[in-house]
Amino acid sequence: MLQILLGAVSLGLLWAVMTIGVYITYRILNIADLSVEGSIAMGAAIAAQGIMKGMNPFAATAMAFIGGMSAGLITGALHTRLKIPALLSGILTMIALYSVNLRILGKANLSLLRLETVYTGLQSMGVGRNDSVIVLGMLSVSALIVVLYWFFGTEIGCAIRATGNNPQMARAQGINTDNMIILGLVISNGLVALSGALIAQSQSFADVQMGIGSIVIGLASVIIGEVLFGKKSFFSRLVSLVLGAISYRVIIALVLRLGMPANDLKLFTALTVAIALSLPVLRGYLEPLKKSMKGGR
Amino acid sequence: MLNIKNVSKTFNLGTVNEKAALKNINLMLEEGDFVTLIGGNGAGKSTMLNCVAGVYGVEAGNIFIDGKEVTKLPEHRRAALIGRVFQDPMMGTAASMGIEENLALAYRRGQLRTLRWGISHQEKELFKELLSSLGLGLENRMTDKVGLLSGGQRQALTLVMATLIRPRILLLDEHTAALDPKTADKVLELSDHFIEESGLTTLMVTHNMRHAIKHGNRLVMMHEGHIILDIKGEEKMNLTVEDLMQRFGKASGEEFANDRALLSE
Repeated sequence: MLQILLGAVSLGLLWAVMTIGVYITYRILNIADLSVEGSIAMGAAIAAQGIMKGMNPFAATAMAFIGGMSAGLITGALHTRLKIPALLSGILTMIALYSVNLRILGKANLSLLRLETVYTGLQSMGVGRNDSVIVLGMLSVSALIVVLYWFFGTEIGCAIRATGNNPQMARAQGINTDNMIILGLVISNGLVALSGALIAQSQSFADVQMGIGSIVIGLASVIIGEVLFGKKSFFSRLVSLVLGAISYRVIIALVLRLGMPANDLKLFTALTVAIALSLPVLRGYLEPLKKSMKGGR
Repeated sequence: MLNIKNVSKTFNLGTVNEKAALKNINLMLEEGDFVTLIGGNGAGKSTMLNCVAGVYGVEAGNIFIDGKEVTKLPEHRRAALIGRVFQDPMMGTAASMGIEENLALAYRRGQLRTLRWGISHQEKELFKELLSSLGLGLENRMTDKVGLLSGGQRQALTLVMATLIRPRILLLDEHTAALDPKTADKVLELSDHFIEESGLTTLMVTHNMRHAIKHGNRLVMMHEGHIILDIKGEEKMNLTVEDLMQRFGKASGEEFANDRALLSE
């Protein structure tokens, strides 16, 4: 059982990087960006192919980050320059990336078994496989929180937040909202691809299908984090995203353990997100019911 | 200061829903002019303001601010020259950001935004001082989210933001229409205070005849995309609601009764 939990925590930490990316678009920019489904697999593909070609795994991971950023740039350009609705821009990039990822990988999946990854350095020092993922996951997530906390406090970061919050106001205050949307999408997709690269290396393979449903997992993690761990300051929000991503993995591990067939996972995740997103409405329905029960004796 | 030359604006050009909102408008504001712009629904008042602000492009004509042509400049670049307050109190501020964060955003209007910290300690002090001098009761809530404020408070804050960096033109787009009468008066008072203090060139749209007469040094009336009245100087000072109604009837050549309710509230 402990082993399962530790596995869930390590996976959760890697998915936390992706969750933070989703948070940037979904909550800060107020855009549901579906291109992440493609960019997570793109990150995995670039890192895997880089490592296969004998690249340093850290360099390959950095390349994955840059690849993801370019995907975000495309979505941003489709949306702001060509005025395609955000949702559709994301879908277009996602679909296009499927072909791109197949080209990068050369086939549907690529095994990294016995190849050097970002984790092997730690493992050669005697750290266990799972522990090495946890250590590296912790390090990257902590660094990310510090950097993003700083970034969204800067003038440019504030401008991105204002853009997501109220674009009319942002423009009236001289903010180029189009550029801010592009920048947000670039950062977000870069992080998602980075997460894909880290995940691929931890599971020793990259698969062109691995992005399917990832946006829903990201959203589930964001929402679980908000519901369970509050959303007071920006810092605590960032931390809650990490805890949310880990909680999601723990919940999944538990329901699988309780006997839910793995094939039903995506259905379960979708239901979780649907219920969580409809909580405010559901509460609205329940309120009169509660009142009538109190008053009705 | 502001020069609108032969400006025309048509919505849905080339479709069955084509609607000419501005028809060859000419309007020139001198430095320090405070113009109240009045007219019925669909007269083109807000369209004109939005054309000046760059929300809409125009098909014909030119717009100059402070001698500089801005006709082709995008909205966010014109913002360096323009302060704006909107009809909807929700529109001028970022609800999920703090009061001081909103002010800090406005404080950088027209400047290049960099990776410097978004708000400095001196600015926090400055904003606090500024707000306490206005007696809005906001100076002890500087980190509160703006979404927690009332409509009137948000509108007052938007006004502070619009004038924090002295704008070449202040555009007020029915900025008190969504407020209750008492709050509306307060916000108007505050507007007068800022405009007088810095001698701001101002264009204020209103539905309310009394407001249009009481405030500003010049009154412009629009009707169906045209400017039909332009009253300034002593004439404006002695203007009454009855005068205005009569002159509207004469200038527009229409039955007054239809527009009366819309205009005088």
